[in-house]
Amino acid sequence: MGNSMPAEDHRLTTREMARFVADGFLRFDALVPDDINARVVDELRALAAIKLRQAAGGGVAENAEDVEHGRSLVPLSECYPEPSTIGEMLRLPQVHGIIASLVGTDPVFDHDFVHLLPAGSTFAQHLHVDAVIDSRDPSFDVQLFYFPNEVRLGEGGTRFVPGTHLRHTRAEGVARYQNILGEQQYSGPAGTLVIFHHALWHAGRPNPGTTDRWMYKIRLNPRVPQVRLWNTEDLDAIHNDASDHTFAHMREDSVAQILRTMQPWQQGHEARYEQMERARLWRYVSGDAAFDVDYYHTRLEGRARANEGGS
Amino acid sequence: MERQQVLYLWLAEGALDTNTIAWAFHDGSSGDGPPLAEGEPPYATGIAALEDGWFLIQSPAPHLFQPGAEHGTSYLPNEFVFERRVLV
Repeated sequence: MGNSMPAEDHRLTTREMARFVADGFLRFDALVPDDINARVVDELRALAAIKLRQAAGGGVAENAEDVEHGRSLVPLSECYPEPSTIGEMLRLPQVHGIIASLVGTDPVFDHDFVHLLPAGSTFAQHLHVDAVIDSRDPSFDVQLFYFPNEVRLGEGGTRFVPGTHLRHTRAEGVARYQNILGEQQYSGPAGTLVIFHHALWHAGRPNPGTTDRWMYKIRLNPRVPQVRLWNTEDLDAIHNDASDHTFAHMREDSVAQILRTMQPWQQGHEARYEQMERARLWRYVSGDAAFDVDYYHTRLEGRARANEGGS
Repeated sequence: MERQQVLYLWLAEGALDTNTIAWAFHDGSSGDGPPLAEGEPPYATGIAALEDGWFLIQSPAPHLFQPGAEHGTSYLPNEFVFERRVLV
């Protein structure tokens, strides 16, 4: 199921931001109006012809300059100018509010792609991570997955594994996992937007249905620190301090509680390392270097300070 | 002819009696051998796979730590590999 609409000013709420940190994705069903969904497919078809030719090693299409498409390193605000329907979608207040919350008001266009799965397509991808292995820097890109048409269950919706975005792997190194508990295959109504942390494990699936499946993906890089960019009106109320600890005093209404909520594949002691990674990312986005979930970082840092002669 | 079926189970912990969290099946018999058990996951634990006739051929080495990366997460750590040899 999707989220409700973002906050009134269209930015994410603190709870939504915490869920993004924990799960590596957010989903907003039918966020884009039908009018745009109906018009955008013609643009996607033209864009797909260029993208697929280039990606297949066919070189630059003769009409490439006649079809509006984004250029890497260019601010998003300069991509897809009017009357582009893709641009109209990206500039919708409810879409822009999500982008601004995660990567700033005017991120850099990295690349985009049109993923067309014709009716009857048997194409199936291995599970993978886009691009290359990351450094331990907690900053992140986002990838917007926009489905202009309804996608019925099992008919080509993207497969993805919630909570995998903080595991550092090579792009194809996760291909060996055919099935993971808690994985999802997208299905949903027209106009749905799913926003991925760039490192979330995912894969294309076959489309045995009778309808072509269109999906537009765009990757955006931040140009500003990704610190408190969302609607923080509710931050003070639920942002916990480092004493929020399952084995001592804990809160049930805090960011920590959202970050404690594990996916079905995150079991046993391994889940503690997941919590530590999530806490690291929340430290970054909240600007609170002392934030913690269940004391794991705080304990270690306190010992280190003690040995340095501090308090 | 003898053919090999291979089953990967990724378990929650480093012990065979912990829960399966991921799995993969590769069938060298091209479907002529017995199918994988039904269910998601096909076996609740590694022990359940042994009890159904699978033979363990690899268990994971304990984690080694790089200084400064003791708490990092990467691939699923507890990878157990089983085989079943079948006549086709």
